[in-house]
Amino acid sequence: MKKWLNVLEKNKRLQATVIGMYIATTFISLYLAQKSVVAFLLLLSSLLFLYFTSFSNRVKWVIGILVLSVLLPLAASQGEAYQSYMEVATLVGIYIAMALGLNIVVGLAGLLDLGFVAFFAIGAYTYGIFATAQANNFMPFGHYPLSGESFWIFLIIGCIVAAIFGVLLGIPVLRVKGDYLAIVTLGFGEIIRIIFNNLDKPVNITNGAMGLASVQPPKLFGIEFMYPSQFYYVVLVILLLTIFIVRRLEYSKIGRAWKAVRENEIAAQAMGIPLVRTKLMAFAVGASFSGMMGVVFAAKQTFVDPTSFTLLESITILVMVILGGMGSVPGVILGAALVTILNLQVLTELTNWLNQLSLSGVVHIPDALSPAKMQRFIFGLILIVFALYRPQGLLPAKNPRFDEKELKSGVTNVADGKEGAKGVYFNG
Amino acid sequence: MIEHVLQTLPQVIIDGLALGAVYAIVALGYTMVYGILELINFAHGEIFMTGAFVGTALLLSFSAFGWLSSMPMLLALLLVLVATSIVTGLLGMGIERIAYRPLRNAPKLITLITAIGISFLLQDFVRFITELKKGNYILTGPSLFTGQVNISASSIWSGFHDASVKSSFFIVLVTAVVMMVTLDFFVNKTKWGMAMRAVAQDRETAALMSVNVNKVIALTFFIGSALGGATGVLFAIQYGTIDPYIGFILGLKAFTAAVLGGIGNIRGAMFGGIVLGLLEMFAAANLPIVSDGILGAEYKDVFAFSILIIVLIFKPEGLFGKVSVEKV
Amino acid sequence: MKGKKTLSIFTSAALAIGLLAGCSAEKTSETAKNGGESGGGTVIKIATQSPLSGGAATLGESIKLGAQLALEEQKEKFEKLGFKLELVPYDDQADPKKGVANAQLIGADQQVLGVVGHLNSGVAIPSSEIYEKYSIPMVSPANTATDVTDRGLKTVNRICARDDFQGPAGAKFAVEKLGAKKIFIIQDKTAYGTGLAEAFKKGAEEAGAEIVGFEGITIGEKDFNGVLNQVLAKKPDLVYFGGMYTEGGMLIKQARDKGINVPFMGGDGMDSSTLVEIAGDAVKNTFITSAAGIATATEAGKQFAEKYKQKFGKNIESYSAYGYDAMGVLLKAIEEAIKANGNKLPSREQVAEAVRNVQDYEGVVTKVSFDEKGDNKYAKIYIYKFEEATYPARLEDEVSK
Repeated sequence: MKKWLNVLEKNKRLQATVIGMYIATTFISLYLAQKSVVAFLLLLSSLLFLYFTSFSNRVKWVIGILVLSVLLPLAASQGEAYQSYMEVATLVGIYIAMALGLNIVVGLAGLLDLGFVAFFAIGAYTYGIFATAQANNFMPFGHYPLSGESFWIFLIIGCIVAAIFGVLLGIPVLRVKGDYLAIVTLGFGEIIRIIFNNLDKPVNITNGAMGLASVQPPKLFGIEFMYPSQFYYVVLVILLLTIFIVRRLEYSKIGRAWKAVRENEIAAQAMGIPLVRTKLMAFAVGASFSGMMGVVFAAKQTFVDPTSFTLLESITILVMVILGGMGSVPGVILGAALVTILNLQVLTELTNWLNQLSLSGVVHIPDALSPAKMQRFIFGLILIVFALYRPQGLLPAKNPRFDEKELKSGVTNVADGKEGAKGVYFNG
Repeated sequence: MIEHVLQTLPQVIIDGLALGAVYAIVALGYTMVYGILELINFAHGEIFMTGAFVGTALLLSFSAFGWLSSMPMLLALLLVLVATSIVTGLLGMGIERIAYRPLRNAPKLITLITAIGISFLLQDFVRFITELKKGNYILTGPSLFTGQVNISASSIWSGFHDASVKSSFFIVLVTAVVMMVTLDFFVNKTKWGMAMRAVAQDRETAALMSVNVNKVIALTFFIGSALGGATGVLFAIQYGTIDPYIGFILGLKAFTAAVLGGIGNIRGAMFGGIVLGLLEMFAAANLPIVSDGILGAEYKDVFAFSILIIVLIFKPEGLFGKVSVEKV
Repeated sequence: MKGKKTLSIFTSAALAIGLLAGCSAEKTSETAKNGGESGGGTVIKIATQSPLSGGAATLGESIKLGAQLALEEQKEKFEKLGFKLELVPYDDQADPKKGVANAQLIGADQQVLGVVGHLNSGVAIPSSEIYEKYSIPMVSPANTATDVTDRGLKTVNRICARDDFQGPAGAKFAVEKLGAKKIFIIQDKTAYGTGLAEAFKKGAEEAGAEIVGFEGITIGEKDFNGVLNQVLAKKPDLVYFGGMYTEGGMLIKQARDKGINVPFMGGDGMDSSTLVEIAGDAVKNTFITSAAGIATATEAGKQFAEKYKQKFGKNIESYSAYGYDAMGVLLKAIEEAIKANGNKLPSREQVAEAVRNVQDYEGVVTKVSFDEKGDNKYAKIYIYKFEEATYPARLEDEVSK
């Protein structure tokens, strides 16, 4: 066995063939199958294996994008479960972006934020209010609902509004440390939800508990985006942008400032890092990703109401970050994908399968234990097990590696073990 | 408007005291654990909830066996309280042993996450056991102590309305006071209590003074959880119907009370609990009147959380706490 | 550079799994294709979506069981036509996101020709947008919010009454029969509760009563003393609650404890045995309006209750019979569509059309005729009073359109 491992490690061509065959196999099986969740998941997991190969980063990215944007939709489109797959994939994309946002706050800056879903809600409501007739209630000018073409502008607006709220949340919270921070942010999250639930008098801004229905779907050059398969591309593009931004931030001055603050606040201050600004930046950036995805979510669901933004959502995103590895971008992506798929597909399918079994009398699992209901139990278990035995997560964060000789010569190319954003740093 | 507020004042005070007593004892659990371990035990709310369920289950089985009608209600209550306290105390000790002790030297973030995980686990565990036995997860216990007592406050001053009170309120209040006094006595006047205070102040020095730190911590968890579980039984008696999710919000508010009084300070927690209960009841009854219908009674949760945030921002050591300077 | 060791294990295992998945998936696709072509033993699936967990689980479960009973009774009839009926129950957990995700799964499964659901209007509204996209007809046994059918979707139908009928019917009863002049309204701040409370408020004001309070509570809350203190202060003749039985039961119990002895009135969300369980003796002198009639009032209904109890071991709830009738309507429409299609499997559009065209269907608890919006022309509102702490309550009055 070890011989094979070594052979594979050294031989890039062998890796290429293995991965290629794997992708081809799963592609074909997904293409031919009417509804095979397993094949879909396996094709997605080819990306995970891609991560472990030793190709150069550019090649990995190209193959990854090829799989995601071409192969996956093509394979899935042949089955009837096309929309269902794309729905799952779209939601996975949305949650990945949000988890990346939380990763910045929790993983990089070390601020445990339990009210993260509030920014998601803010983004969703921002688009929702103006894309339905709701805004007529309080806006003195303009004609609502705005057409779907405004969706693209609202992506930016949602980003900014959420960032502003992130800063507003951050300011009072700066003095508070550690455990208290968690509770305060939790309180804020709940407050925002209760406020949205009740903001229908005196001025009806959010329509309270009734929610906003019939949100305009986005339009581009006259094409309306109604099906999850179309949303998938929107989400994919935004997600790639998000990953790019996060990587740049991580290896920049502000990223290093965040890590310093996470390790030891007082030492960081002593080193001249402006504590207030750094923390606020963390909140703002994390919130902006969430807000942007909130806009997308609102457009996709075409219905916004406060019950989608509960504490359970915040904890779910936290589980994604912990599971994947705090501070590690690939880890968080993996964690988000795993948790969302678990939640949406695996548990439901498992429950259906068990239902079939008990309806045909083979095995009788009582209703109370049905896997779809055991969601909290599973989350709790994941949190405990990972916190106790693997606090660094599935794909732990790696610090960038620098080549000593290059550093000494004054101009460096950053190339760390597995990731690697190529950049030029001038070290004096 | 002021007459409106004054009219309902006696009723509000009584309801607030009942709620506050519950908050106070649960806050005790939080504050004791924080004092010793500097850890917010998120799972404490769920221990309270487990106590409520265990107590209700015991009461239901009592009445199924017909014992309930044959013995005086107080005796039944006492038995259930003692039994539930022991069960939840052991549960708390078990949680500490399994989940918190291995992480004693880990960063605070990880322990907090473990606590959240246990909280979720317990919620769902109780939920599916209840669903298994009953079909849905809402549990209604047998009604005890339902006599009504009418306090004619209008005889004191004509501006007051009469207040009517369930007799279970007195039970809750008396039991709560007894528990708090006992705990106070235990912590301040016995040897074990002194050991607890020593470990809370400085763990290493206490160990040097031959205090068995692990035993003391286990004892703290036992006492805190036992009290929490007993409060759960009281809560079940007061409200009759419980579900697995009562622990969470109540735990959060009890934590607010603990912070309000000064975290780590036992008397502060008691005081904070009662104050918070009174404030919340006052807000629920009077917010709409005061704000002319803009803010409804559903804002009382927002009220409680806002108090938490304001206290943490402006006076994080609470009303009775000491300012702790962070040393480098 | 260390993960390479796992790489080979991964890849070899993955290859194996991939091949297996491909093989097994191909097999399932083949059987599906065969099943579709032969017509003998073609599977027709009907999905149900209702909350099987959460605070409304009693009612959601009853819908599923009622539908299940109807489906099993008609299995033989369809087998003679050459089709195999199957039930696919989904739990929407009263959460719109879950409902939408399940709706997508339902839409993706080509064998599903209809949906019986939901219970919560807040879940039905977004999910029905998905059903409309896939042309799957939805027959709702219990959604009362007006928005459900007001959007003019071709696939959404309901056999129960609407909130803008239920609210005013209750209000008229309260003002005229109970003589209530001052009414305090409490609602649970959900899409259902607020909608119903608003409809009631409008009806009550039109009937000439004075609304002395309109307050909200949060679901999951246990302590309603704050709101009840306000009720005490205002001294109304009647208290109306728009919401579900969990909070309604606690509200009634605590109100009686406080000495508020005026009649309580609620909507169909309170129509459940769990209400009596929670409120106990305090439930006396409580009225509820419900879109669900007493199933056991007729001979057919009594038989239904017997069969239900025999099969599931539980007593029927308010919406059990409506789940039964909703499934009955759906199956009748599918039968018509099959016959109109020359005894072959109909398409979803054909079934949706057939559902909308159903006229004068005699259900076990209600007659069904759909109008252009999908509302039931024969829907009635029933008013019950709890004289004893037992369920079901006594029928006081019936209001029809």
